[in-house]
Amino acid sequence: MYEILSTFAQTWGLLIFVALFAAALVYALWPRNQARFDAAASAPLTENDTPAAADETEDETHVRA
Amino acid sequence: MISAQGLKRAGSDPSTAIVLLITVLGAMWSLFAAAYAPDAAMRGQSWLILGGFLTGIFLLVGSIAGGGVVTDEREYNENLIKAGVIASLFWGVAGLLVGVVIAFQLAFPVLNIEAFGFTNFGRLRPLHTSAVIFAFGGNVLIATSFYVVQRTCRTRIAGGIWPWFVFWGYQFFILVAASGYLIGITQGKEYAEPEWYADIWLTLVWVVYLLVFLATLWKRKEPHIYVANWFYLAFIVTIALLHVINNLAMPVSWLGSQSYSLFAGVQDALTQWWYGHNAVGFFLTAGFLGIMYYFIPKRVNRPVYSYRLSIIHFWSLIFIYIWAGPHHLHYTALPEWAQTLGMTFSIMLWMPSWGGMINGLMTLSGAWDKLRTDPVVRMLVMSVAFYGMSTFEGPVMSIRAVNALSHYTDWTIGHVHSGALGWVGFVSFGALYCLVPWLWKRKGMYSKALVDWHFWIATIGILLYITSMWTAGILQGLWWRTYDALGFLEYSFVETVEAMFIPYVIRAVGGVLYLAGALIMVYNVYRTIRSDEVEEDENVIAQPALEPAQ
Repeated sequence: MYEILSTFAQTWGLLIFVALFAAALVYALWPRNQARFDAAASAPLTENDTPAAADETEDETHVRA
Repeated sequence: MISAQGLKRAGSDPSTAIVLLITVLGAMWSLFAAAYAPDAAMRGQSWLILGGFLTGIFLLVGSIAGGGVVTDEREYNENLIKAGVIASLFWGVAGLLVGVVIAFQLAFPVLNIEAFGFTNFGRLRPLHTSAVIFAFGGNVLIATSFYVVQRTCRTRIAGGIWPWFVFWGYQFFILVAASGYLIGITQGKEYAEPEWYADIWLTLVWVVYLLVFLATLWKRKEPHIYVANWFYLAFIVTIALLHVINNLAMPVSWLGSQSYSLFAGVQDALTQWWYGHNAVGFFLTAGFLGIMYYFIPKRVNRPVYSYRLSIIHFWSLIFIYIWAGPHHLHYTALPEWAQTLGMTFSIMLWMPSWGGMINGLMTLSGAWDKLRTDPVVRMLVMSVAFYGMSTFEGPVMSIRAVNALSHYTDWTIGHVHSGALGWVGFVSFGALYCLVPWLWKRKGMYSKALVDWHFWIATIGILLYITSMWTAGILQGLWWRTYDALGFLEYSFVETVEAMFIPYVIRAVGGVLYLAGALIMVYNVYRTIRSDEVEEDENVIAQPALEPAQ
């Protein structure tokens, strides 16, 4: 059992982790994601003091000041 | 029932009933333990546990009688965060105070009074570490994570009564664990001292915490999950895993306090330090990086310097940190290849750590003037600087040859405290100084000057602490391995203990200063909440006052 597990960890386990990490790098550096990341970077700066309305159309009787 | 406005009163919904059932079952168990526990410590402690569960039952019944927990989807749940801020300050002062006491006990052993055995260093030391890490740090993390996840997902926290269960359940865990240490209940694992029944309770609270966090992410109104939430999520998931595995144990009796670990020998040591180091990595680092990635951009009103770097920071930290634990076991029975693995991964951690530090600091680009005008920003930046410093020092100390000098000396204690007081403490204080005016809708803190005093007094305290411990540790390390011409040890062990007196006194003074800073903060927060004349602070972005829910 120990042999099986350690062999798996040292071969496939290593490859899986390296592949997953490479995928994360590709995702982070993919040029087309730039716009999305730029928007995300300023997410804390664009927030309101109330949650987004459920359907984005404000209920007329309860519009907040 | 959800009304058109999104206002919801829980009444006696299934969630409230389940929480009530949990408290009733807990009360019954502690009553049995009070009567039949095989050990005296458990018979004593079960009364406290019973008191906790009865308090829970009273609170729940009162809540149900009042119509249940109110959930208004048009507002963020800020009362939850307010409670977390106050709990953080309380436990912070308590934990630092115990730290100062044990620092003086080391300098002046006479303070270990024989008639009060429960106040001896051995009992108070785990009380200090648990109080500052889990009680203070944990409350800061829970409060800020609940704040950040709501804001960045633009939705109210999920789960109705459950986030409150997390808050109160966590305080209850702290009380049970801390009171247990004082009467000698411990499983002897560093940072994992609480016994099996407290561990089971924490597991329950933590799983609920994870579910509340995930459910809030699930109902987000924002397409992207902001990076701070990734760090918080990694912290919650990993701590659950570490806590459950390291605490696998068989109780001697279902009513007694004693249990035996599933692991023995070197397997136990490795499991413990896999847990111990990742408590540093995922509790004290990943969680607080979540704070950094939200509060620094928010406070300086600048976007994160590089969002790409933050993603790479996150994934490399996750992939590397988990392997670093074996560096705690150099020159032990642990196989050498495992020691080398731990050392190698510790050195690799330099890159993500410094990448993250640079990302945090460079977020200030274009706003460096705030370092001069805003003491809260100064505190946050100092914390990131300490993050960089202690994540540089740590990998150096993990190198086997350096570890031969540093291990078992006070250098380790100094290293831990540069991270804990400098990074974790300052980033927490900075976040709390941001949160208090935001939550209580004030224009600023009661006194900006007092924030400045806090910053400088605490910084000097940290410097005294870490410089005295460097001196002490290197002296110990060198003296312990100095041989004379005939190959005998030059110094007896007790000589190295005697030489510690002056560094220990300096360290205790540093601790007093750090505690004094925290007390100044408590006073400042108290005056701010009481709404005394508050100074207008241009760094606090005005938050519109909320109308009460109809």
